[in-house]
Amino acid sequence: MALTKQLKKLGNASSLHSAGRSVRKDLEAAREELATAAGCAPSEIIFTSTGTEANNLAIKGLFWNGAKNNKKVIITSTFEHHAVMDPIVWLAEHEGAIVVGINVDRKGFIDFKELAEAVEKHKDNIALISIMHSNNEVGSIQDIAEVVKIAGDIPVHSDCVQSFGKVDLSFKKLGLTAATISAHKVGGPLGVAALILKKGLDIEPILHGGGQERDIRSGTFNAPGIVAFAAAATDAVANKKERDLKIRQLKEELITTIKKNVSDIWVNGDLENCLPGIVSITFPKTDSEGLLLLLDAEGIACSTGSACSAGVQRPSHVLLAMGLSEDETTSTLRFSLSYTNTINEIAKLGAVIASVVARSKAASGKS
Amino acid sequence: MKKLKVIAAMSGGVDSAVAAARAVDAGYEVVGVHLALSSNPQKYRSGARGCCTIEDSHDARRAADVIGIPFYIWDMAEEFHKGVVENFLSEYQSGRTPNPCLRCNEKIKFEAVLDRAKALGFDGVVTGHYAITKEGDDGKTLHRAADPEKDQSYVLAVLRTDQIEGAIFPLGDTVKTDTRKEAKERGLFVAYKPDSHDICFVPSGDNAGWLRERLGSETGDIVDQEGKKLGEHKGAYTYTIGQRRGLNLTVPDKSGEPRYVLKIEPKSNTVVVGTHEELAINIIIATPPTWCGPAPEINKELRGFAQVRAHGAPLATSYKFDGTNLIANLDQPVFGLATGQALVIYDGDRVVGSATICETI
Repeated sequence: MALTKQLKKLGNASSLHSAGRSVRKDLEAAREELATAAGCAPSEIIFTSTGTEANNLAIKGLFWNGAKNNKKVIITSTFEHHAVMDPIVWLAEHEGAIVVGINVDRKGFIDFKELAEAVEKHKDNIALISIMHSNNEVGSIQDIAEVVKIAGDIPVHSDCVQSFGKVDLSFKKLGLTAATISAHKVGGPLGVAALILKKGLDIEPILHGGGQERDIRSGTFNAPGIVAFAAAATDAVANKKERDLKIRQLKEELITTIKKNVSDIWVNGDLENCLPGIVSITFPKTDSEGLLLLLDAEGIACSTGSACSAGVQRPSHVLLAMGLSEDETTSTLRFSLSYTNTINEIAKLGAVIASVVARSKAASGKS
Repeated sequence: MKKLKVIAAMSGGVDSAVAAARAVDAGYEVVGVHLALSSNPQKYRSGARGCCTIEDSHDARRAADVIGIPFYIWDMAEEFHKGVVENFLSEYQSGRTPNPCLRCNEKIKFEAVLDRAKALGFDGVVTGHYAITKEGDDGKTLHRAADPEKDQSYVLAVLRTDQIEGAIFPLGDTVKTDTRKEAKERGLFVAYKPDSHDICFVPSGDNAGWLRERLGSETGDIVDQEGKKLGEHKGAYTYTIGQRRGLNLTVPDKSGEPRYVLKIEPKSNTVVVGTHEELAINIIIATPPTWCGPAPEINKELRGFAQVRAHGAPLATSYKFDGTNLIANLDQPVFGLATGQALVIYDGDRVVGSATICETI
């Protein structure tokens, strides 16, 4: 609704004429609305086109700030999203960054002792710490406040794309330096996201141009996308509790149903401290490509780990980091649940899962 | 009647796209699958080589979307490396000249893919090969395609009867120009894509260079049949029987006739050359045989046609199976035949069977 309404409005939000000013007004109202939803100041929001862009901007910017004072260490977890991991690897390969990866346990939680030791060891040389708020494949939620506490004065960035709108999240309360959020994960449109960056902090831009967003991000505002992002975020936050409850019930039903039909499965991650809608299940000795194909044919959508640019499934680095074997990672499916799913849909999955798993086992060649 | 479910192997080229579309029209429930055969694919197709670039997988996906079928990518890189690339290298190491397309059909498309498809509940595999299958009294038989220019029955002759049972070739009755025309009419952008040729896992097209990189380029002698040294070679693996160019011989032949590679001896790292007449082959011995239908009676002399190259001419021949070897006694000699290639026997347009050439006389 918000999107289609805004699409009809002409004008560039950076223009000075009345049409431009009118769009600017909508955009700034959206910024305030989003700030309320994310627990930050409106001026801390820098709109970007994607979460990947926001992560790149934060990580590279904070690293370059640190590097000016010879701080070149980046501390991160071993199971970040590629949009965090890859800019860090790029900095290591091109800009001399020293990367310290903090291990995660079988449930998908980082080792705080290891983090504290790393901070102590590299103390004055750390440019930034980047730890995701919740993991996109297994849903485990990290204690980011504790990360910030250990970090002290060191800037902390957190990829909050998965968590925002689904669990309690306040930029200010967490004490973060930077956080990434994205519209499509809260039911908003694709192609709009934001970096929340602490007021007063300047970082190097990646895109150079008109300097629309605090001279940190250039590019014409995607006003319809931004307005819709704010509306979706407000809706998600307002209905969070109710939806959370419903999704957690569905999740329990999903796990019980699958277990009833396939006895040797296990759930990856933690069932308590996790996102409501993500369920990662390993079906031993199967092949997730086959599982996905057969479930898709039954009208059930699920995901395998990550695919490379050619679309070939690769063993998930998240599950490998959590201690699964390569064979186990390629026997794992991720189900994403929303409040719009129903018990009937889960029953539909229950009716086919046993035969799907049996076929996939036969096709996998894993013994 | 329940719809038959098939996997359409889609390379990203025009043939497999039209084949998949025709399978849909024929009433099959079709799922498109692109085989990722390289663990480190090139981003773009260079020239007309290869079929395993990222661009090709996108083309395959796009074609599947236009046809309106589900599409997935299957990682067969490991199977391809083991079954095709390693075999290719070891064959060259043994002084033979392998045909990797044939091995790919045998080990990947109609073994790894067909087996997986069957395990997942599919009834067969559709490909864009130009060949015809016919239902006979003893099951399905394999025949030449209608388009002699495109006929691919030679590279499919390694398939066993049970593999042919699971194979569907919707393009067998079509000439290539019509396939392109049809692709255009169906709104498939791959209609404009050039044909792929050469070896897909040698993206540069420089087969000799690729082999030298992997097998070494130890120099050795080029000798005549009597063992007299005539020059030096840069790695025996990179020569093929019948090759005339690039020998750089330092001792000219007395008669001034051109000389050809007759034999490659990897153990002594020697390349033997001789005249065109010395290349003449009358008897071909090949093993182990694969029969696309019933096996012929042992030691019974039969008449048929032999084909020894992918697009070679059919050669009139007598042949027999002695229980181990398939032996062809050609009516007319053939010149420059490498061991490692396939001998395929035809009865008219029907493929009788095939075997790998191990000896020529």
